[in-house]
Amino acid sequence: MTALEKLEILTDAAKYDAACTSSGIDRDGQRGGLGNSAACGICHSFSADGRCISLLKVLFSNACIYDCEYCINRRSNQTRRASFTPRELAELTIGFYRRNYIEGLFLSSGVIKNPDYTCEQLIETLRILREEYRFGGYIHAKAIPGADPLLLSHLGTLADRMSVNIELPSEKSLRRLAPEKSKHSILHPMGLISGKIQENSCEMVRYRHAPKFAPAGQSTQMIIGATPETDWQILRLTESLYQKYQLKRVFFSAYVPVNSTALLPPADTKPPLLREHRLYQADWLLRYYGFTASELLDEAHQQFNPLIDPKCNWAVHHMEQFPVEVNRADYHTLLRVPGIGVKSARAIMTARRAASLDFTDLKKLGVVLKRAQYFLTCKGKAMRGLYVTPDTALRNLITEQGRALLPQQQMEQLSLFDTASLLEPQKAGIFLPA
Amino acid sequence: MTEKNLVYRCDGSFRAILCCIYEIYTHREFPVKILTPEDPATLYLEKWIETQDAHARRVWKSLPQKLGRRGAQMVRDGYLTCVPEKELLLCRFIARGYEYGAGIADLLADDTVNALQKALKHLYNEAHLYRGFVRFSIHDRVMTASITPKNRVLPLLEHHFCSRYPEELFLLYDKTHREALIHQPGRAEILPMEEFTPDAPNEEERAYRRMWKKFYDTVAIRERENPRCRMTHMPKRYWGDMTEFQEEAETPAPLPGKTAEKSALPAR
Repeated sequence: MTALEKLEILTDAAKYDAACTSSGIDRDGQRGGLGNSAACGICHSFSADGRCISLLKVLFSNACIYDCEYCINRRSNQTRRASFTPRELAELTIGFYRRNYIEGLFLSSGVIKNPDYTCEQLIETLRILREEYRFGGYIHAKAIPGADPLLLSHLGTLADRMSVNIELPSEKSLRRLAPEKSKHSILHPMGLISGKIQENSCEMVRYRHAPKFAPAGQSTQMIIGATPETDWQILRLTESLYQKYQLKRVFFSAYVPVNSTALLPPADTKPPLLREHRLYQADWLLRYYGFTASELLDEAHQQFNPLIDPKCNWAVHHMEQFPVEVNRADYHTLLRVPGIGVKSARAIMTARRAASLDFTDLKKLGVVLKRAQYFLTCKGKAMRGLYVTPDTALRNLITEQGRALLPQQQMEQLSLFDTASLLEPQKAGIFLPA
Repeated sequence: MTEKNLVYRCDGSFRAILCCIYEIYTHREFPVKILTPEDPATLYLEKWIETQDAHARRVWKSLPQKLGRRGAQMVRDGYLTCVPEKELLLCRFIARGYEYGAGIADLLADDTVNALQKALKHLYNEAHLYRGFVRFSIHDRVMTASITPKNRVLPLLEHHFCSRYPEELFLLYDKTHREALIHQPGRAEILPMEEFTPDAPNEEERAYRRMWKKFYDTVAIRERENPRCRMTHMPKRYWGDMTEFQEEAETPAPLPGKTAEKSALPAR
């Protein structure tokens, strides 16, 4: 098999992994070595699906002993199988890296023989890169569930980021679709890694040259739409992962049907992209905007509104907290206004020190007035010419993706009573696609 | 300071802009335009500003003192941007800074400051994108790449690429501004360069290009195809210099010299 064919098979097998960021660590290049790393992450290209290509994302091998229902590499699938050798893969990475095609390597693997053997192969690949080529670029390594803790900690000293995929959002689904994996077998290595990272940060204080353990942190991924969990359950799980394991990122991957079995959604299911998008929006709100999962969704509202984004949705349900005075509100209050993001909130804080701001100033600072105008006052006044009724406001807050879901006629007939249907789309029969 | 119906013309260098400031403050006047040698003549009264080191240095020294460290940096990086009438905008900004003081960089809602901030954002953003979009080709031991940026991004890319490839010989050519970043271990420089034609790729180089294209095509998920999203993140104007969008020439391009002459001869 040629290198080109191998690359094709093992890329194809790895492409459903969502995580492809190269962020979280700043490292200058060293004389005698090759490569550096930037904390903001660098995208080297964007594939036809619009996702960023930052790392060489491949499997070490797609010959897997497991038989997980949702996975394209399951044992019982009739696909072409291939494996790299550690040296082959290291050389390929360096060849791509020198040409500035990539920021580094994202290495995962099917389980060959047993988890320990697989983990040893990954370690050997990374060892060649780090020691022989003195490679200083980014490496994201998948922890192989079930591998010996000693091997995992060795892997962590060679990689920048580690991840264990949680795969599915509940134990029940996991038991149904991935019977050979269990909650324990996934959460155990995750806990191990997060423990190691914390231990390491203490060591770093005491000994300057202590080897770094996964300095860019840990992430995970789960599949959305293959199993019946609600957005609320998924978001609560996400929040607890951030709190309990100090994860850097939780990735969501809209389920793309690759296998057809009775346990999975039918093969013609469209990937629930809008749902994935809403979950990512909410994920951002958790990480950067100081929201909690229970503010965004609750027992009675378990799914996100497909028509408006989670922040707008929260705001229209909490109109008693608005409008906010731009020239006086604190940073955290500003962050909660739809149309104001982290950058524009900071810009407002800076600019209002020099002079009090009005709506034209806000526009210059990058505030999206289309959404923000309903929730702000400048020097005590609302935007000029703004005539707000609950339904004009709502109509304008509906996102582009949401608009496509609404039948055109319904848009025309909106009245105060229909507004309720936009706020509770599930009750009014507007459902998320798929 | 009065706005006279007066235009300045200078050689367009960074020092020349500083000299314009010197001129503005010695004569207490403000030009309506600042022209560079390429600009056509206007109907206004024109004044040639000679670039003088002493004047430029004096203004340069005043910048961090009067505009603050960040204000001075905005002026320096502002020179790299591609904003129209850049020279006049920089002079306005400096004048506004002399008037307002060290907090000028925070005056985000001011029109002049805002215009410069926008231009800088464009510059920094383009430089950031090029950190990923540059594609090197390797010929023997030398790595070369060409880019077509709107802003002069090379000074901003210098640290990144020199730190990334400390042991490599490389040349990064900016086709728009005709200059090149040249690096050899321990030394780097940005030099003007009229033209640069890369060598035809050798077999190893072509093999890597093929593998990269295969990877690029394979990693996309067909069910999620989204050309608009791709274009937002990576506008088409960058594609021209990127390996993954180039058709592979089956036969290597004819080399200059002997081969070219041969192919030019009529076949008999």
